[in-house]
Amino acid sequence: MITLKETRGGVTRRSILKASAMLAGAGAITKVTGFPAIAQEKVTLRYLSTAVNQAPAIAKKAGEDLGITIQYITSTTDDVTKRVITQPNSFDLVDTEYFALPKLLPSGNIMGLDAKKIKLADKIASVIRDGTVDGKKVGLDGTAPCEVLYLPDEQATEFSKEPTEFLTLIPTTYNADTLGIRPDLIKGKVDSWAALLDPKYKGRAATLNIPSIGIMDAAMAIEARGDMKYGDKGNMTRDEIDKTIAELIKAKRAGQFRAFWTDFNESVNLMASGEVVIQSMWSPAVTAVRTQGIPCTYQPLKEGYRGWASGFGLPVSIDGREKDAAYEFVNWFLSGWAGAYLARQGYYTAVLETTKEAMEPYEWAYWFEGKPAEKDIHAPDGKVMEKAGASRDGGSYDERMSHVACWNAVMDENIYMIRKWNEFIAA
Amino acid sequence: MSDTVEAPTRVGAPNIRRTSGVDTAAGDARKRRTSWTPAWVAYLQAAPMALVFFLFFVLPLIATLVVSFWNYTEYSIEPAFVLSNYHDVFYGCVAKFPGLCTTFATYLSTLKFVAIVWATTLLIGFTVAYFLAFHIRTLPMQIALFMVCTIPFWTSNVIRMISWIPLLGRNGLVNDLLLSLGIVDTPVEWLLYSDFAVALALVHLYTLFMVVPIFNSMMRIDRSLIEAAYDAGASGWQTLTNVIIPLVKPGILIGSIFVVTIVTGDYLTIGIMGGQQIASVGKTIQTQINFLQFPIAAANAIVLLAVVLVTIWGMLRLVDIRKEL
Repeated sequence: MITLKETRGGVTRRSILKASAMLAGAGAITKVTGFPAIAQEKVTLRYLSTAVNQAPAIAKKAGEDLGITIQYITSTTDDVTKRVITQPNSFDLVDTEYFALPKLLPSGNIMGLDAKKIKLADKIASVIRDGTVDGKKVGLDGTAPCEVLYLPDEQATEFSKEPTEFLTLIPTTYNADTLGIRPDLIKGKVDSWAALLDPKYKGRAATLNIPSIGIMDAAMAIEARGDMKYGDKGNMTRDEIDKTIAELIKAKRAGQFRAFWTDFNESVNLMASGEVVIQSMWSPAVTAVRTQGIPCTYQPLKEGYRGWASGFGLPVSIDGREKDAAYEFVNWFLSGWAGAYLARQGYYTAVLETTKEAMEPYEWAYWFEGKPAEKDIHAPDGKVMEKAGASRDGGSYDERMSHVACWNAVMDENIYMIRKWNEFIAA
Repeated sequence: MSDTVEAPTRVGAPNIRRTSGVDTAAGDARKRRTSWTPAWVAYLQAAPMALVFFLFFVLPLIATLVVSFWNYTEYSIEPAFVLSNYHDVFYGCVAKFPGLCTTFATYLSTLKFVAIVWATTLLIGFTVAYFLAFHIRTLPMQIALFMVCTIPFWTSNVIRMISWIPLLGRNGLVNDLLLSLGIVDTPVEWLLYSDFAVALALVHLYTLFMVVPIFNSMMRIDRSLIEAAYDAGASGWQTLTNVIIPLVKPGILIGSIFVVTIVTGDYLTIGIMGGQQIASVGKTIQTQINFLQFPIAAANAIVLLAVVLVTIWGMLRLVDIRKEL
């Protein structure tokens, strides 16, 4: 009996080992055959980013112009960061937000882009390069792009304070965020972030359940109300975090918020259904509510906007033909067509001159100069977005971007902040 | 069949004595060979499942446990053996006592939903199963009505939950109806993004998990037992409490395990129906993972796992399902 048992055990263990060896073998074989080593094959770039910038039209046009195949890998903002850190070999080009850089760079998984190989590097918008619009400084609270743009060398893991030849990210899109409101359901004027916590909108306000952004919107509101003054809203001290969360908990218990959202579609639903009349919002969400025929204003506020910017970065593992192709694609991206395409969704672009050339004059006047539309404004898919005569909320590029008060950020006390945020959600 | 007939006689017997008796009996049976198939064939048959289980369940679980003791920064996790993640999970629980720390508040809120949803799904599930098993006479009809119960599962979970919004919302159908009937003057706010909404959606989602095992247990009840009860002069209520309920206890238990474990780990329903204003352990873990705080997320997951395991262990103590099945 005992011998029988032992044999049995042996057989099982061996069969399991054998099976796993076979599995491993099978994996290796697919890997070998998966990459045909034919030198003249078209280059494929795996482009990792959120869905926002991944228009199929851009990939198609790049394929026609450059002969490069763009393969999109779509993720959410947080997942893009996670993927860069945990799977750095799974993409050739990443389009991520500047505020993720303080996490991404020290991981050593991304490398700088050589400005000498970017034809229009010195034409990149000044708000990204040095934090100025039309010569005037904008608010630099939080992770301002100009503070994390330069690297001392290609493989550096620390930022350079001075401008250098190596750039962390080449901007793709950026914008200024503010509160969205339903003008038909709100009486009176909204002109301050304080409105987000105004008891007048009790039970009809919403904010985001994305801690890093949600706490900044809350800070804008609390500071606007005059309760507190922050050193740097994008990099709060523990004490500031405690006080901000305490105010949020007070508002939550008083029933100020109808809901929180994490996905931008949720914010569209909340607004379109009338559950919420005032909330933190992103510009494409406002556009989405409006295309349903429901009035929604991206309300400019006197304290200014919360800015954000996104850009192309390269993984350290990239080399050879892929690296050349990535530079080629980035150069093409800045050359106008792609910028104009994205600008028609309301985003701002890296090189304004080329975007202007690629747009119709009436489109440029509406999107960038804040002038009333001469003709109907069409979305990239051809749908009418605004009737002739309408003008953009907040006005021109200069008016909007120069009023940026703070930027999306990752704080030094991030871990503490998230713990406190969870406390707020549980309260 | 003989097992079912015997069942009522041992209903009253204490569980523990029964368990031990069965174990020795089963042990004896295992020592005696009953088939001419070589014994390793059985292991081989079980091997694929065991392998899948090992690779995709046991290994990740061990990894989670290991990582829960690691250190982390904004962008890296470092092998270590520290208890700080567990300390962080229970941050403030002692200092704030008798006030509630985040973790206790979250679990208390979850526990509340577990209790409400369990009681409601049990009541509805039992009633539906009873109707299907004892009032519907023909098998095709039973199957047809059973299919009706599964209709909510024909669409995705998320779509089902989103469809509550036009129904329960401020400008939704229910409020429109109440307003037009003059029952209320202003729209009822607590229908959506509230505890009520969460409980309603959870009950709607998980009642079927109660119906299926209870129905299954009821179908195995020998009808002659009910006749016997009737002949012996038991009222309908007495038959229910003394014959049917004891016999469907395993079904009730299995259904309860489904409902309790699913509700404890649920964060999607609580998130969407609660307007993300109601905390859940799953959501806490998700937030932490999104911010790359894997070790503390792992610690939270381990605590959650422990809570669920203790709950199941406690429930299994109440009914010995291996015996009853």
